[in-house]
Amino acid sequence: MIKQISVFMENKPGRLLEVTKLLASNKVNIRTLSLADTAEFGIARLIVDYPDAVVEILKNNRFTARITPVLAVEVSDESGGLARVLEVFLESGINVEYMYGFVEKRHPDKALLVFKVEDPARAKDQLVAKGLTVVSEKDILS
Amino acid sequence: MWNKNVETISVSKLRSQQTDALKALVNLVYNVPFYKNKMDEMKVKPSDINSIEDITKLPFTTKNDMRDVYPWGLCACEKDEIVEVHMSSGTTGTPIVDAYTLNDIEIWSEVMARTLSMGGVTKSDIVQNAYGYGLFTGGFGVHYGARKIGCLTLPISGGNTQRQLQVMKDFGSTVLACTPSYSLYVAEAGREMGLDFSKMPLKAGFFGAEAWSETMREEIESKLHLKAYDIYGLTEIIGPGVAAECECQKGLHVFEDHFYPEIINPETGELLPDGEKGELVFTTLTKTGTPILRYRTRDITYIFKEPCECGRTHRRIHRLLGRTDDMLIIRGVNIFPSQIENVLLKQKGIEPHYLLIIDRVNNLDCLEVHVEMSDDLGFDEVKVVEKIEATIEHALHNELLIFAKVKLVEPKSIQRSEGKAKRVVDNRKI
Repeated sequence: MIKQISVFMENKPGRLLEVTKLLASNKVNIRTLSLADTAEFGIARLIVDYPDAVVEILKNNRFTARITPVLAVEVSDESGGLARVLEVFLESGINVEYMYGFVEKRHPDKALLVFKVEDPARAKDQLVAKGLTVVSEKDILS
Repeated sequence: MWNKNVETISVSKLRSQQTDALKALVNLVYNVPFYKNKMDEMKVKPSDINSIEDITKLPFTTKNDMRDVYPWGLCACEKDEIVEVHMSSGTTGTPIVDAYTLNDIEIWSEVMARTLSMGGVTKSDIVQNAYGYGLFTGGFGVHYGARKIGCLTLPISGGNTQRQLQVMKDFGSTVLACTPSYSLYVAEAGREMGLDFSKMPLKAGFFGAEAWSETMREEIESKLHLKAYDIYGLTEIIGPGVAAECECQKGLHVFEDHFYPEIINPETGELLPDGEKGELVFTTLTKTGTPILRYRTRDITYIFKEPCECGRTHRRIHRLLGRTDDMLIIRGVNIFPSQIENVLLKQKGIEPHYLLIIDRVNNLDCLEVHVEMSDDLGFDEVKVVEKIEATIEHALHNELLIFAKVKLVEPKSIQRSEGKAKRVVDNRKI
């Protein structure tokens, strides 16, 4: 399981810019970012190095931020990669709340798929049992 | 004039009638434990009341008093004499009750017949009554008055604007009764439907239950091609029909044979002379279901000193100038911030830091409640936030009876103040 940072933002111009500027001034590299948005608010989901420290920086600067445990699955960056994972979830009755994917510079032939599921521990067991690679924090974060 | 003898009675005769009515009232309410306790505390006996001026010896009644004795604590007659009840919201959710005997309904019909007659309504009129029918007093009040006159009443109640316009067109309504903001909404919707109000038989409108202005009157009159009259009332006293504008439209005549008005200093409770601005207080002189002694309306206005050109001798109050408390009137419904606070306190995932934002969009009042999410709320999923908003919206609707949009905002984002918190932003231009 890895730590994702979630930031709640009211829909106001420049709000995301403020977050990214703050992170830049603290030399935080955003490995990936995904946005969920509604008419009223948005939720930014970030994968960064040193997530515990970064969430403190955000909170100290009055951002509404928290750590959310998510599951990161490594698949080959080729067709059918995501489908294999979702099949496992379907078979074991695991609901995906949301997901996004990104490609890592270090392993350009691999894609990392990030999943928020209700019971990440059980989901991990199911994936491993089916021969899939669930990465841990130390595999991808500094 | 609906009742010329009464409406133009000489002032000295009116005062002597009021004296008799007050004496009878005090004897009646002294049998109600709530009033007896209050009078005993002030060491005043029914025998101390010998003229209408002695009214200042009597205790005040507040909205909280009425709420505390819900539902029957102010009833002064046998319960089986009560034929109808109406309610409005109290400050914290417990409603306040007005219970009517058959005779009280007769009084209500009489004062509402006078109200409508002041705007020229006669038996041949067709009254489209778009006030809400139900526990709210507006619908029934207008209904009883129109029936007393013998008008054809269309009891269409509020909302469903398309049908309002269809009925108005098909039946040729000559009179419209609703909240002033709703009348503008009707005008707008009618224009979009291609109705030409200058060719329709509408001639008079009776608008009340919320604050409006001379500017709004001009707008309503020019858009709907009718003469717009201001009417005033409150559930605590009887509903609509406490005071109304005559053809001169210089203030609202209080139907003084039934409701005795006073203006007091809201700080000290001291009676102020006519012409001075203060809090409006009413005593119901003739009601027997739930008679009310010196009800503090929290409305600010003054009583005109000079008599009205129309010949009526009943004194006039000026259009309301404000309130002494934080009550809001939204779409004609009385709402206290404390009611909203009480609902919020029972919810999960939020903190009771909130801001009420009121605006008028397309002539309809909109209430938005901004409330801070809890620090530990798992806001990471959109549905978590939206579910909390929907739950609170539902709870607020149950309490307020109108829809309020709820928006969760970030923790600590609503400004804290050191003194009295600023909880309301009213952007309506009235």
